[in-house]
Amino acid sequence: MSALSQEAIIEAVKSQFEGKIIAEGGHNGQSYIVIDRDDLIEISKYLKETPELKFDMLSDVTAVDHLLMEVDEIPERYAVVYQLTSFELGHRFRVKVPVPEEDTVVPSLYEVWRAASWGERETHDMYGIEFDGNPDLRRLLMPSDYDGFPLRKDYPLRGRGERDDFQQIRRGEDFDAEDQSTEEQSPHLTT
Amino acid sequence: MGIITPGSNNQPKTLTNDIPVIKGTGAEKLLENKLVTTTVDWVLKWARKNSLWPMPFGTACCAIEMMATLSGRYDLARFGAEVIRFSPRQSDLMIVSGRISIKMMSVLLKIYSQMPEPKWVISMGACASSGGVFDTYTLIQGVDQFLPVDVYIPGCPPRPESLIDAVIRIQQIIDEGHPGYLSDDARFSPEEIERAAELFTPGPATGGGCS
Repeated sequence: MSALSQEAIIEAVKSQFEGKIIAEGGHNGQSYIVIDRDDLIEISKYLKETPELKFDMLSDVTAVDHLLMEVDEIPERYAVVYQLTSFELGHRFRVKVPVPEEDTVVPSLYEVWRAASWGERETHDMYGIEFDGNPDLRRLLMPSDYDGFPLRKDYPLRGRGERDDFQQIRRGEDFDAEDQSTEEQSPHLTT
Repeated sequence: MGIITPGSNNQPKTLTNDIPVIKGTGAEKLLENKLVTTTVDWVLKWARKNSLWPMPFGTACCAIEMMATLSGRYDLARFGAEVIRFSPRQSDLMIVSGRISIKMMSVLLKIYSQMPEPKWVISMGACASSGGVFDTYTLIQGVDQFLPVDVYIPGCPPRPESLIDAVIRIQQIIDEGHPGYLSDDARFSPEEIERAAELFTPGPATGGGCS
């Protein structure tokens, strides 16, 4: 078996899931499909387990914030993006899942690809998207007591004062070299 | 220190010019000026400034320049500061070389608090001194907001000569009588150290996620 063209991958998915593909497209020679989050696990399993496709690796999980952007195929604010790779066949593919602002929950792909664990943790850390079914959805990069999701477009670049909120350690007394004189310390010293 | 050669007019003459010597009148004269009396304060300063034990807090590219400074080509050993200690308990000069994120700042404060006093701090490079180009939510805009920095080194990254100059400056301020001690209320309480340890204890990081 050999690598499929991007068109052939889309055709294979479309023929299997008639009507469940919201949109399709491509950029720089790599295609993607847009699917609903309710169909995510089903289509992911198909992409992984079908012998002609065999996407055995989930390269990356990330997200996009479309705040103040008009995107025709994704009307919602967020989209979770999955990058797929087939080691065996050597082709790649991309899956996008729209996520509405008021309900940022997506089913976890941990049961399909174990590699989703950390990718979903990072996406949760940066965008605040919940992955239902991820067994360990703690923060990955930011401190565990951090409040906020910094890659959301409405998060201020300089943060909300987190970087200024630490204990200050100060000297016992201010030191001024010009005030110090060896004469005062010990008048009978000669140098 | 302490090597005295009798002078022609029976005055002590030292091999180094800067050692303060009390002129021999009593016991010194009896012992033919073969010993030198000075002050404990002076000896302590002399010992401290000439055997600084740096604690390298290298988090970025400045640390590469720091390694170059320590290695043979630039050879910080010439200035008595070659004994790099990776344990804060054994060091008295912290070199913050690199950008400090908000997650690392608690670690930095904890390690600094573990160093015995007296202690001094060099803030090496633009990032440690001011945040550098990283004016973002996650980066400390200068460690001197929270630590008592003694010497700043500009540069991105600074050359090893700059770091050597900073170490010499530290030696100078020690010589001038810089106390290097903290105030009582500036030290960490045991509860704060405990809390920092809880916040940054790594959990089961892989969590089965690597299969």
